[in-house]
Amino acid sequence: MSLLEATLSGERLALSRLLTEVENDTPAGKQALDELYPYTGHAHLIGVTGAPGSGKSTLVNQLVRQFRQPQGDEMPSQVAVVAVDPSSPFSGGAVLGDRVRMRDVAGDEGVFIRSMAARGAAGGLARSTDAIVQVLDAAGFARILIETVGAGQSEVDVARLAHTVVVVEAPGTGDDIQAIKAGILEIADILVINKADRPEVENTEYVLRAMLQRAGNHKQQTLLPEDRPQRSKETPSAPWEIPVLRTVAAEGQGVSALAQTILEHAAYLKRHSLWQQREMERIRRRLDELACSELISRWRSTLPQERYQSVVEKLAQRQLSPSAAVGELLATPTIETD
Amino acid sequence: MERKIRVLIAKPGLDGHDRGAKVVARALRDAGMEVIYTGLRQTPEMIAEAALQEDVDVVGLSILSGAHMSLVPRVMELLHANRQEGVLVFVGGIIPQSDVETLLKLGVHAVYGPGTPTARVISDIRQALGLPVT
Repeated sequence: MSLLEATLSGERLALSRLLTEVENDTPAGKQALDELYPYTGHAHLIGVTGAPGSGKSTLVNQLVRQFRQPQGDEMPSQVAVVAVDPSSPFSGGAVLGDRVRMRDVAGDEGVFIRSMAARGAAGGLARSTDAIVQVLDAAGFARILIETVGAGQSEVDVARLAHTVVVVEAPGTGDDIQAIKAGILEIADILVINKADRPEVENTEYVLRAMLQRAGNHKQQTLLPEDRPQRSKETPSAPWEIPVLRTVAAEGQGVSALAQTILEHAAYLKRHSLWQQREMERIRRRLDELACSELISRWRSTLPQERYQSVVEKLAQRQLSPSAAVGELLATPTIETD
Repeated sequence: MERKIRVLIAKPGLDGHDRGAKVVARALRDAGMEVIYTGLRQTPEMIAEAALQEDVDVVGLSILSGAHMSLVPRVMELLHANRQEGVLVFVGGIIPQSDVETLLKLGVHAVYGPGTPTARVISDIRQALGLPVT
């Protein structure tokens, strides 16, 4: 049985090994991704982001527990966590510490936690996080929580990946100028003030609510595609009002309300066919990215190497500007392959 | 690019001294490895489960409580049960010499006492995984 077949039949070690292949972008990993694609597209992807120390991991731990509570007679669905931590820019190594806060769910067969190093990618996720999530989706995890690095202001990649984005703030961080900056707060579908037993919670909530009011309290439900910078046409008749919730994750307070709100957001997206729309955006972007890297590598392989080198030299000596260099290279007759 | 070495650093049992574990975690990070650190008071079951989900190449156990003769065999047993017998296991902490032999016979790759240079841990790991030792 191949790794993929074993993964699809629910073998956890096979899943784990497949995740490694995919993370390392090996030929076996790539082939498995191609083959499992038909099985993807079922999971609810939930992004959890926020500044370091705001309590993301603790909150994720509590959310997993909540999602694993039996609902009536129904078996709770399987939950996966992908937790991304930064890589050292010097050694390339990493200490991945998110599991420290996720010990409560150890021993539950319906939960799978995978730590990932960002491996140099900016934006809060690793380059292969998207692919890792696809494997878990195909393996039958109905809810996948994606915890970002936690660097702060511009971790917006998760908004391009997840259906529902939870932004976690802690009291006493940032003022109202932070709140009107573009970026992380803008991508929230749900805002959480964690550590809400801290004294400055009133002020933090006031600032966040004021910010939401100015923004008209609803998020642009599809992100602007980088290549087509026009505003999205879609405005649903009933816009999603971004809730501001308080939690004390270390004690489990407010977590069931948060879990409920996450499920409501998924239902909202489906009701207004926004789920589909986000999916399409994501697929399109992925396709473009793949096509770009493929085109570039093909183009590079047909370009005479010495020609490329000479243009790089001219660039270094400032005889040519970068955009002129691109023009010149593209005008170069390429080597005939085949 | 060389495949990243993934290491789980865990503290089974009840002692609360994680300084050594953190020093090793950091040293392995600086040697370019990806280290999953799980924190204090882990059961052997939690450690084996984490090793499985993270598909690690190496498990490092730090034990200062004296309970190594019950904790380490249990971890080895669970790794085998999960078909992860290929994972390299090392133990760090206060381990009497008489127990070291027994642990090595169980399949533990190495036992490191106080004062072990971290460079030795790193070169042992690289060597055991068949990678060039710098």
